[in-house]
Amino acid sequence: MLTGHRTWIFENKPVIISTGTVGGPFEAEGNIAKDFDLLHSDMWLEQDSFEKAHKIMMDESCQKAIEKADLQKEQIQFFLGGDLINQITPTSFAAKTLGAPYLGLFGACSTSMEGLALSAFLINGKGANYILTGASSHNAAVEKQFRYPTEYGSQKPPTAQWTVTGAGTALVSDKGVGPQITSATIGKVIDMGLSDPFNMGGAMAPAAVDTIEAHFHERGVDASYYDLIITGDLAHIGREIAIDLFKKHGTTINEEKFVDCGLTIYREDQPVQAGASGAGCSAVVTYGHFLNRMNKGELNKILVVATGALLSPLTVQQNQSIPCIAHAVSIENGGAR
Amino acid sequence: MSNNKKKNLTPTQQEYQALAGKREVKRPLFKNCIKAFLVGGTICVIGQLIATFYMYFFKFTEQNVGNPTVATLIFITMILTGIGIYDHIAQFAGAGTAVPVTGFGNAVISAAIEHRTEGFVLGVGGNMFKLAGTVILFGVFSAFIVALIKTILIQWGGL
Repeated sequence: MLTGHRTWIFENKPVIISTGTVGGPFEAEGNIAKDFDLLHSDMWLEQDSFEKAHKIMMDESCQKAIEKADLQKEQIQFFLGGDLINQITPTSFAAKTLGAPYLGLFGACSTSMEGLALSAFLINGKGANYILTGASSHNAAVEKQFRYPTEYGSQKPPTAQWTVTGAGTALVSDKGVGPQITSATIGKVIDMGLSDPFNMGGAMAPAAVDTIEAHFHERGVDASYYDLIITGDLAHIGREIAIDLFKKHGTTINEEKFVDCGLTIYREDQPVQAGASGAGCSAVVTYGHFLNRMNKGELNKILVVATGALLSPLTVQQNQSIPCIAHAVSIENGGAR
Repeated sequence: MSNNKKKNLTPTQQEYQALAGKREVKRPLFKNCIKAFLVGGTICVIGQLIATFYMYFFKFTEQNVGNPTVATLIFITMILTGIGIYDHIAQFAGAGTAVPVTGFGNAVISAAIEHRTEGFVLGVGGNMFKLAGTVILFGVFSAFIVALIKTILIQWGGL
């Protein structure tokens, strides 16, 4: 049901019955290694290119989610997903393996919540019983496309972020046990005229703030309703700017309950500059770490706001600014249905 | 930011950028300069040692010892890039590893490694000079301009 201009309330409360998360070697050394279903010690995953490794990760996370829900892949009615590589080939190729009807999405690093919001909408409207949705990124494949060759020695500034190697998938259903998706707010594209691709947190912060404030307003709740408000990949700089913006707009938010996936996934001493980013970042941290905590009962109500910078290497070279977007999905514990 | 760029921004954008600018962590310029000086200097010392070695043990003179020295430095860079160490040194050193010939070598070699998966012709061949190509183009072009000026001055300037 549409509430306000861009918030959906899901009265049938779709359930996330299982998730699948896959990570790479750098994530295995990180802060939340135990929350992954599968960790790889090799960036190549025994493939002959990073792009193929990327696709395999997506395959595996789909497989894990289906396996954990005790289903067969034929029971998956739709697959919604995306990544950062040109023409989202890793996800499309993984959809070929899966064989389910497929909708490819691109929302840069906000793809995870774009997929989850749409899946919940489809399930809520009785469009399906089982939908698989996910997002992924591969550090080397993404660096290769957006920046310099992996082994090229360029000095990254302190505002730069590290692309996560990982894939996260959630299986959404109309019945079952698990955290429920209660509402979603779709983001608008916001461009504050920043053009530095090495400071994406700074570019994305206004989009996150806009979506969160719209969500509070349209759903009629405030920050205290949620146990945690989780942003996708604002990292250190973006998070601080977002807090400044909330203060400026007079929106109260508890700083301790305002966390970021990009600051959760790695240890403080890992050399990632400002924090993590990438389409896989919000996907693996939400579907792995935070949903595990919800299933354990440590958290009951979370709002996940995945943020995406909608740039391409071409627009950067043409000196265009970076338009950004953020999608918010609220996930709440409600007991069995 | 240049004034020209600022002109195209709306007041809201300008206000936000002022706010965001306060939170933006700047590059530690002075520290980076010191690190670049030390690492770049060390590379030059190594280069000098290699040059002296060639002059002492082989029949090279100060005029032509540059060629084998550069080749050796690029060879070392190739090994370090191939085993994945060079980019870590560069994150520490910045301009210290980018300005000497090792930086040029690394730009070529890293691109060649990166695009090996697209085959030898379109991958390695087509992308090897992706980063270094611009150095070659403008290096050769500026050398040509300087040579032209020199020739003009000698011919007509009576130098």
